[in-house]
Amino acid sequence: MWPLLGAAVLLALWHYSVIWTGTKVFPSPINVEKGVAELLRKHVLWADIGDSLRRVALGFGAATLFGVPVGLMLGWYPAVNQVVNPVLQVLRPISPIAWIPVAIIFFGVGEKPAVFLIFLAAFFPIVVACVGGVASVPAIFRRAGRNFGLSPMRVLARVVFPAALPQILVGLRIALGVAWLVVVAAEMIAVDSGLGYLVIDSRNSGKRYDLVVAAMLLIGVIGLALDMGIRRLEKLRSVRWGFRDGA
Amino acid sequence: MVFERDGKRIPVLEDINLEVTDGEFICVVGPSGCGKSTLLNLMGGFLSPTSGSVTIAGEVVKGPDPRRILVFQERGVFPWLTVEGNIGFGLSRLSRVEREERIAHYVKLVRLEGFEHSYPSDLSGGMKQRLQVARALAVDPDILFLDEPFGALDSVTRLIMRSELLRIWQAERRTILFVTHDIDEAVQLADRVVVLSSRPAKIQDILQIDIAHPRNISSSRYLELRDDLLNKIGVAFTL
Repeated sequence: MWPLLGAAVLLALWHYSVIWTGTKVFPSPINVEKGVAELLRKHVLWADIGDSLRRVALGFGAATLFGVPVGLMLGWYPAVNQVVNPVLQVLRPISPIAWIPVAIIFFGVGEKPAVFLIFLAAFFPIVVACVGGVASVPAIFRRAGRNFGLSPMRVLARVVFPAALPQILVGLRIALGVAWLVVVAAEMIAVDSGLGYLVIDSRNSGKRYDLVVAAMLLIGVIGLALDMGIRRLEKLRSVRWGFRDGA
Repeated sequence: MVFERDGKRIPVLEDINLEVTDGEFICVVGPSGCGKSTLLNLMGGFLSPTSGSVTIAGEVVKGPDPRRILVFQERGVFPWLTVEGNIGFGLSRLSRVEREERIAHYVKLVRLEGFEHSYPSDLSGGMKQRLQVARALAVDPDILFLDEPFGALDSVTRLIMRSELLRIWQAERRTILFVTHDIDEAVQLADRVVVLSSRPAKIQDILQIDIAHPRNISSSRYLELRDDLLNKIGVAFTL
């Protein structure tokens, strides 16, 4: 109930601000609502949403596929981590946006550089979460694993990985959030579809700020839905122990 | 056994000679920090002795082995596995049928029927420790090392757990080495109590507990042995 009230107050504030300031450029909530309806009528919206989600799925999926094993290995072999970590720490703070020119050199214009940027953005948080997750596995679990005759690789697979999984999931959740931020930015530059492209295209072709804001709100709503989706993983029985409300 | 910490050599155990017979229940007591756990870790193969060796059935211990399982004080069970998953953890080499039989047997032995599919977070402290013992016994070890297994439990649960452990030990005879700081626990459970001195620990005394199970803990012989043990540890038993 209360969240709805918050949204209602915000919408009212927005609506009356537009009326009071008499702006001709910035759309009111009603204009935006009409904008969404128009996008739906023209059947471009679903395609744009689909394109954005596909890019995130590819980039984030690849980051998970590479990042989790790399992170587990770095966490498992501290000696390797000592060599690799400085490089990671230098690369990590570079905004994926700064990679755009490089991505275009590597992959040209189109789908590939966008997916690459999402991959980069999601890769680092996943690796960092896995390294941290492995490092914080209680020694007692590893010892128990060895005691039952497991080889080091099996200790990693059957003890360290499940013990670190809650922390890894937190990393995946952060990575997915970042991936969604980056897909929009990437689509503003490298491709001609998707929600990011919709924002830029609506502004460039006739200053349709009603469509700009409509696309922005959709980006927010879908981002929320993605986050809620990945949070459902935290409710799985085999990881619930690792989250505060899970006991 | 000598530890090196910050460049300093800290002798922890010195001149420990102990022979344990098959099926014996040994309790190790001593002042806190004296090296009781170090001794278990040496025997379990988790540490290598600076000098000397540990020999089990004529074979020098070189590392951890499923034939001797260490049971920890708490948080030793795997929280991501169910009761069944925990008990079956060391049984991946068995066939499915055998594994399920083994799991069912130990679920019953430690009285966790009805909790087969529960996760450790849904179990009480005592149940978790019973689960840890079941997981250890399931791989059919020759020796169990228990490192203050009931130390984190409340006193009533601890009493219940002692009789449970005795029941399990009598049902499935294994050699047990049990570290505790609880004098009563030692006299109630052990065939022999090994008293360690403070660090660097030596074996100060070995006390034979010549009372048959079930032990009457208010019998005069029990009280005599208990007082004897308190004396040896050097604690006054009048407060």
